[in-house]
Amino acid sequence: MASNLSSPAAGSTTSSGRTAIGSIGRSYGGLAALLLLIAYNAVFNAGAFLTVSSLRINLTQVAEIAIVATAMTLVIATGGIDLSVGSLMAIAGSIAPLILLSSAAPWDVPFLGGALAYVIPILVVAAFGAANGFLVASLRIQPIIATLILFISGRGIAQVIAGGRLKSFDEPGWQVIGQGRVLGIPVQAIIMVVVVVTAAWVLKRTVFGRYVLATGGNEEAARLAGVPVVRVKYAVYIVSAMLAGLAGLISIAINSASDPANVGQDMELNAIAAVAVGGTSLLGGRATIVGTFIGALIIQLTGYTLLTEGLSDATVRIVTAGAILGAVLLQRRAR
Amino acid sequence: MQTTPETAIDRRSDPVVVMDGVTKAFAGVPALRGASLTIGRGEVHALIGQNGAGKSTLVRILTGAHQRDGGHVIFDGQPVDFRTPIAAQQAGVSTIYQEINLVPYRSVAENIYLGREPRRFGILDRSTMNRNARTLLRRLEIDLDVERPLYELNIALQQMVALARALSFESKLVILDEPTSSLDDREVQTLFGVIRGLKRDGVAVLFITHRLDELYAVCDHVTIMRDGQTVADRPMAETTKIELVATMLGKELGEVRREGQTGFDEARRSKGHDAAPLLTIRNLRREPGLHEASIEIAPGETLGLAGLLGSGRTETARALFAADQPEGGDVQFDGRAVAFGGPADAIRAGIGFCSEDRKGEGIIPDLSVRENMTLAALPTLSRAGVVDPGQQQAIVDRFIDRLGIKTAGPDQRISELSGGNQQKVLLARWLCLNPRLLILDEPTRGIDVGAKAEIQGLIDELAGQGLSVLMISSELEELIEGADRVTVMRDGRSTVTMTHAEVSQDRLLGAMAQGVDPESADPSTRPASADAAGETGAVVGSGRGQ
Repeated sequence: MASNLSSPAAGSTTSSGRTAIGSIGRSYGGLAALLLLIAYNAVFNAGAFLTVSSLRINLTQVAEIAIVATAMTLVIATGGIDLSVGSLMAIAGSIAPLILLSSAAPWDVPFLGGALAYVIPILVVAAFGAANGFLVASLRIQPIIATLILFISGRGIAQVIAGGRLKSFDEPGWQVIGQGRVLGIPVQAIIMVVVVVTAAWVLKRTVFGRYVLATGGNEEAARLAGVPVVRVKYAVYIVSAMLAGLAGLISIAINSASDPANVGQDMELNAIAAVAVGGTSLLGGRATIVGTFIGALIIQLTGYTLLTEGLSDATVRIVTAGAILGAVLLQRRAR
Repeated sequence: MQTTPETAIDRRSDPVVVMDGVTKAFAGVPALRGASLTIGRGEVHALIGQNGAGKSTLVRILTGAHQRDGGHVIFDGQPVDFRTPIAAQQAGVSTIYQEINLVPYRSVAENIYLGREPRRFGILDRSTMNRNARTLLRRLEIDLDVERPLYELNIALQQMVALARALSFESKLVILDEPTSSLDDREVQTLFGVIRGLKRDGVAVLFITHRLDELYAVCDHVTIMRDGQTVADRPMAETTKIELVATMLGKELGEVRREGQTGFDEARRSKGHDAAPLLTIRNLRREPGLHEASIEIAPGETLGLAGLLGSGRTETARALFAADQPEGGDVQFDGRAVAFGGPADAIRAGIGFCSEDRKGEGIIPDLSVRENMTLAALPTLSRAGVVDPGQQQAIVDRFIDRLGIKTAGPDQRISELSGGNQQKVLLARWLCLNPRLLILDEPTRGIDVGAKAEIQGLIDELAGQGLSVLMISSELEELIEGADRVTVMRDGRSTVTMTHAEVSQDRLLGAMAQGVDPESADPSTRPASADAAGETGAVVGSGRGQ
């Protein structure tokens, strides 16, 4: 599965044995770590782990990271990075309640208010994504600095929009993206799978996917081959912002409340960690969406395992960081 | 400013720098194979050579930026082994690069004494510092307010400040690495005045440049490098420009040509193209490297572009392809005036461009042969943005077969291929678009002999099928045997154009060195060098339609 959906660069058949082994290591090193975590829980933690509710909890919790990290993979594949995703989640999360709680005319029409509460926040953060693209692609500011600006200011913008308060709401129909189930599967897990599969397909099968990898692999060569590198960069930052917005909406739907100070907190770091653990080169030019998905699952399961072992949240953070370091080193050796 | 022979000999009997038998390899690839350099005290010494001749490696060893593998370096009478640039600077070697490494928001005086500011009771003594700086600048005959911040000055004056800083270190040797590339003529004259000032103070200057005229204006002696070795060390006054160029390229003047040194088939060389030109460029300009280029290419014609490093050949190609936006000039392609907004426009019009820098501007190293080959053609191989794998595979298989690309398969990473096979993939990148004009910048550089001949043969074959080719090459044989006509560039200007029947090694060397064709120039009306460029239009016109 992994080699099938990852990019040809990562999963290609190569002539030299060393890189062939490296390729297997990239594709399967993360998978092996994931299976190890599952095996550990299945053996030592069987009572709690091998249950439908545990599966649901893990899927529910991993969805946001996986969705954001998928878009982050595309950004990183162009040689960039997006630090603003957590703040963009907060912005999207602060706009939706304004629409849901408004009593103005259009919102009373059934479904329209709910639909607008999905669409408007995502369009607004898309505009912020275009602003990131403008700084990176048009003004040629280093991506880490360019997106740091919105990382710092975004949460403030969200708080201003929300009037500085936590907003609770109760719209069961709208909240289906965080609380609904289809055939017992959490809706956000379905959204996550759709996002991951679509992104993997885009990267492998579309012109845009090739352009993303070419831009990150050698920007000047890509430009001279007619690749619209500026547009490609705009596109990945806009996609990243929109998927972050979607994750922000899922987050507030789960909690029936929007707290701009907390929605998407640390998300940029978790997403980058998932990409790194998944085996995508932070230098750009190589990317594996499936690897990122596995990376997100590893981070989620490490935290889950430690919490069920009764360790404190602080300890979990430290051990998770160690696990990330281990996974990245493992992949470097395999490479 | 020529020195008399006697003083020149005196200076060289007690040289400030002697480098001898210096060797250096990078990752097993030799960059220097026994290079030598001798610079007399207070001598202005030129160091010239083609790309990859080893100039910069030799200089970096002298400045402590690289460590030599073998050989001797004597500086100021002592054997030395500079481990760092700071060690070299303390010993008296100052280097001034094209990009000035000074602090823009500090004053001129502060920059001169950066890190060594005069102090009184531990506090900066500004008045002493400014006074010393004024004295120093007066010695260099530069009129400059020492309290002005550096960023207000133009590049030329900033260079003067860097030179003054070098002088304040009591340097015995100042290395100037292409100092004139961003200066205008008057600024160059000022710089030369300063260099002469340094010389009067007994400071030796090592001058690295591509501009031959400048060597004669200011240098006493010249060292010529080729393929990692020193091939000549001569007084400037006893060396003609054409000798310089010939030595640099490893050619003998008056050498009888041996035919068939390339994979090009001279039987294919046309006797003239009567059809209307496919491409006409008039006065294409992009400063600082390209002042004025005018060329014409007929359908199915291969036009060679000759010239030394820095003559504006690559700049012409890049401006034509809109890889860099031209600042002036007219381009007519296929009968229409065109102004491309970027490479994508040029590609749509039917132009392809293979850069001289295959690694930096050609291949996407992490992508496969398939993706590299079809990168430019993807829009034509897709429907609604989705790549059609069958169509893509068919094209890739066809060109792997047709160009004889040696690869484990289309999925192999391009970076694993040999240079020649990478180049073939990049050629295929354009050929699968069926272009009208292909721009090839050094198409066979760094490619083994067999693949080289194959690529040359392929260029001929494509031209035979009606493709026009603009071929830039530093290998005279390639231009002589592979081009239907050759336009020579010099100092950012196109000068002479020769037909295949007219072209010869000596004539090319002469034109590259002097900007005129030695056999057609009338000595009574043409000065030896610089002014010839003014007659570009007429000369270009005479090259066509024999």
